[in-house]
Amino acid sequence: METIASVFTDTNWSPYAVGIGIGVLSWLSFLISGKPIATSTSFAQTGGMIENYITGGKAEQRPYYKKIKLKINWQWMLVVGVVIGSFLSAIISGDFQVGVWVPSLWASAFGHSAVLRVIVALVGGVILGFGARFAGGCTSGHGISGTLQLAASSWISAIFFFVGGIITAHIIYLVIA
Amino acid sequence: METKKQGSETTQDAKDITAVEDRRPLFFGLGFGILFGFLLHKGGATKYDVIVGQLLLTNFTVLKIMLSAVATGMAGVYFMKSLGWIQLSPKSGSVGMNIIGALIFGVGFAVLGYCPGTIAGAIGNGYLDAIVGGLAGILLGTWIFALMYPKLKDGILKLGDFGDITLPRLLKVNDWVAVVPATLLIILILVWIERTGF
Repeated sequence: METIASVFTDTNWSPYAVGIGIGVLSWLSFLISGKPIATSTSFAQTGGMIENYITGGKAEQRPYYKKIKLKINWQWMLVVGVVIGSFLSAIISGDFQVGVWVPSLWASAFGHSAVLRVIVALVGGVILGFGARFAGGCTSGHGISGTLQLAASSWISAIFFFVGGIITAHIIYLVIA
Repeated sequence: METKKQGSETTQDAKDITAVEDRRPLFFGLGFGILFGFLLHKGGATKYDVIVGQLLLTNFTVLKIMLSAVATGMAGVYFMKSLGWIQLSPKSGSVGMNIIGALIFGVGFAVLGYCPGTIAGAIGNGYLDAIVGGLAGILLGTWIFALMYPKLKDGILKLGDFGDITLPRLLKVNDWVAVVPATLLIILILVWIERTGF
């Protein structure tokens, strides 16, 4: 029998339950914090904070960092929370991964080399981070929070995120592999 | 003496209150993030295989999560807007940002196999390619953007600028005239995905 406790220790929930949960969370974040859920600016702030630390405060002078402001704010803490929330769910459902460098789908096509996977992930991350700031948002900020407000910028972005992603994934797995 | 002391205490109290109030959004942000991360993990969206499965069109979990979040979120957010409880904050956009930028993002999305929100979830889930490769890459990519921003901001980022327009304002209709069909369309797409067996 499914008890309340076992719901939380289940590894997988229905995607609809998860989606509705995220939808309700978006109501609360608008109502309580007056902000939509978004994540990619926080990565840009972190990059700027690191440059600032290394150069002793010079990064603050960059026009982009003046615009987004290099400080720990609501959204930055949200991203920290995502790490913690996912960790909690993974731990209580026995799904925390130890020592996993290579996802199984990747391994099925490109083998078990951790070095190769890390290099590709690094390159992918550079393109993703650059693209996220170019587009002014990511799968959270545009893809969920922007589309639910019916923002034109977000619907166009969400569609082209997937257009670019679907084409590239097919090239990786059907042409290169 | 007595009054002076009291005066300084009041200032001190006022300072403490501001300090506490400044910190409250940080705690709320953390709380919302914990719930968001918890849900992302329960949905499987913190896993490379699930995300890339979506892009290969073999696993529709990511789209199911996103579309049901958008339908739910839209109804509630527009309802609260109609009551005057909240204000929308749509992002400004342009053809350059939202087509070219989004295509670049899409390429990175497929190569990395995580996006900025789900990589935070993947890190919490323990995936080492996300921590060592992906996170470092994203930080580097946003930094390269910051270096190039002065050259991009008045050029390609402004190309075909359309501002922070929303669909109801673009079509010059009442909010619900856009919200109701959009919700129905999303439900139809989800029913269609289920019917085709994904």
